[in-house]
Amino acid sequence: MLENYFPILLFIFVGLAIGVLPIALGRIVAPSRPDNEKNSPYECGFEAFEDARMKFDVRYYLVAILFILFDLEIAFLFPWAVVLKDIGMFGYLSMMLFLGILVVGFIYEWMKGALEWE
Amino acid sequence: MNILSDIYTALPEFFVLCMAMLILIVDLFLDDTQRYLTYALTQLTLLGAAVMTAVAHSNAVGYAFSGLFVDDAMAHTLKLMIYLSTSVVLVYSRTYIALRGMFRGEFFVLILFAMLGMMVMVSGQNFLTLYMGLELLSLCLYSLVALDRENARATEAAMKYFVLGALASGMLLYGMSMLYGMTGSLDLTQVSAAIMGGELNHPVLILGLVFVVAGLAFKLGAVPFQMWLPDVYHGAPTAVTLFIGSVTKLAAFAFVMRLLIQGLQILAHDWQGMLIIMAVLSIIIGNVAAIAQTNLKRMLAYSTISHVGFLLFGFFSGTMNGFVSSMFYIVAYVLMTLGGFGIILLLSREGFEAEELDDLRGLNVRSPWYAFIMLLLMFSMAGVPPTVGFYAKFAVMQAALQAGHVGLVVFAVLMAVVGAFYYLRIVKLMYFDEPLDAAPIQPPLDMALLLSANGLAVLAFGLLPERLMGVCATAILHSIQ
Repeated sequence: MLENYFPILLFIFVGLAIGVLPIALGRIVAPSRPDNEKNSPYECGFEAFEDARMKFDVRYYLVAILFILFDLEIAFLFPWAVVLKDIGMFGYLSMMLFLGILVVGFIYEWMKGALEWE
Repeated sequence: MNILSDIYTALPEFFVLCMAMLILIVDLFLDDTQRYLTYALTQLTLLGAAVMTAVAHSNAVGYAFSGLFVDDAMAHTLKLMIYLSTSVVLVYSRTYIALRGMFRGEFFVLILFAMLGMMVMVSGQNFLTLYMGLELLSLCLYSLVALDRENARATEAAMKYFVLGALASGMLLYGMSMLYGMTGSLDLTQVSAAIMGGELNHPVLILGLVFVVAGLAFKLGAVPFQMWLPDVYHGAPTAVTLFIGSVTKLAAFAFVMRLLIQGLQILAHDWQGMLIIMAVLSIIIGNVAAIAQTNLKRMLAYSTISHVGFLLFGFFSGTMNGFVSSMFYIVAYVLMTLGGFGIILLLSREGFEAEELDDLRGLNVRSPWYAFIMLLLMFSMAGVPPTVGFYAKFAVMQAALQAGHVGLVVFAVLMAVVGAFYYLRIVKLMYFDEPLDAAPIQPPLDMALLLSANGLAVLAFGLLPERLMGVCATAILHSIQ
C-alpha cells in the first residue's frame, strides 16, 4: 500500500530541491561584498519612508473577516450548483437553509454598521 | 428519506437554532432599557427546548439524517440537564454582566449557539457531527471569553484558549482521519464493526486512538493537557467561567461516551492504560497545585482538574457500572461548580471582583445563610458525607474497585484527603476569620432562591442519591449496548 505514496515522496524531495538549491548555489557561488547601501531596505529606489511594522486600522480586519465569511459561502455554492440535478429537493432545501442562516448574519452585520466605513 | 421525520427527531436543535437567530435580530431593534426582553426570550427558548425534549423522551433509540444524529435516553437526559444548568447560569450572571456592560444580545446569542453545539455533540453519532458540535461550542466559548474586550487579562485568556483549542481540534481531527483511513467509515457503529471484524493494522489504529484521546483529554482538561484551564478560568469574566466550568462538562462527558465507549470500546484495552495515567496525574497535579493558589477562580480550576481525574476512574473501569457512576459524578460536579462560581458572582459587585480567597473571610458574619451554602458546596467538592460529592466519589471508586484497580483506588482516596485541605481552608476563612469588607450582600430574589436551592440540592442528592443514580442508570443502559 505504501508504494503508492512513492511519487508523493519524490515530489516532496524535488520541491525541496527546487526551493533550496538556487538559494544555496547563490550563497556559495556568488561573490559577497556587502556595503551599507546594499544592506538597506529597498523601496522603489527611494529612501525608506517608515518602519514596515505599523498599525493598521482595525476596520481592515473587519472587512477581511466579513470577506472570508461570504467568500466561503461561494466555495460551498459551486460544488452544490454542479450536482444540483442529482441531489434533488433535499439538497436544494439544505442550501436554502444555509443561505437563510447566512442572511441573518448579513442583516446583523448591516444593522451593526459593520459595512459603513465612516 | 423522510425529511420531516428527521427534523422532528432533531426538533429541539432546530428550535434553538431558530430562536438564537430570532434573538440576534430582535436585539438589534432594542435599546438598552429594553434589553431584558432578550434575556426573557433566551430563558423562554430554554424552556421551550426543555418541553420538546421532555415530550419526545422515550427509552427507544432513534436515528435521523442517515445515521448522523442519534436520539436516545442518554441524549435526552443530558440535554435536559444542559438546558437547566444554562438557565441557572443566566440567572446567576444577570446582575454581574449588567454591571460590567456585557448585558447585550451577543452574550445571550453566543450562549445559545454554544448550547446548540453541545446538543449536537450529545446527539452525534458520526465523527463529523461530533466534531461540528465541538467546534460550534468552542468558537462561541472563545468569543465569550473575549467578550469584555477592554480587559487585557480576558483577551489574553481568549487568545491562549483559542490557540490551544485549535491545536487540540487539529489533533482530534488527525486521529479521526487515521481511524477513517483504517475503517473506511465515519459512522461510530460502522467504525466499531470494522474494528471488530479484525484484519486491520493494529498499530495504525492505535496511532489514531492516541490522537483522539489527546484531543478529548484537552477538552476535558486532564493532565498533561491541562495548561489552558487555570488561565482561562482565571482570565474569563466570572459569568463565562461559570458557563465553561459547568455546562460544557456535560457535553464533554457525552463526547467521551460516544467516541470511546460507543465507537472504540473494542480498543478499550488500549485506551484504558492512557486514561489511567491521565487520571492519576490529574488527581496529583490538580490537588497539589490547588493548595498553592490564592485566587479562588484559579483554585476552582485546579479543583476541576482533579475532579476530571476522578471522572476518568469511572471510564477506565470499563463497566456499565463505571459509566453510570461517571455520569453521576459529572452531574454532581456541575451542581457543585454552579454553586461555587455562583457564590463568587454573589459577592462581586460593581467594580469589585470577589475572586481572592481573602474576599471570603468572615462570610459567616456578613451572611450566615450563604456561608452555610458555601460550606455545603465545599464539603461536597472535598467529598465529605453526606453531600452529593461524597456519594459521587464513592460510586466511581466502587466501580474501579470492581474492575480490580485496588492500588489506584487507595491512591485516589489518599489524594482526596490532601484535596480536602484547600476546601476546608475556605470553610475556616468563612467561619473563623474577621471580614475584610462589610458590604451588604443583596442578590436579586431569583438568584437568592436558586442559589439556596442549589446548595440544598447538593445536600439532598447526597442524602437520597438513588433517584439521580436511577436516572443516570436508565440513560446509560438504554443507550450503550
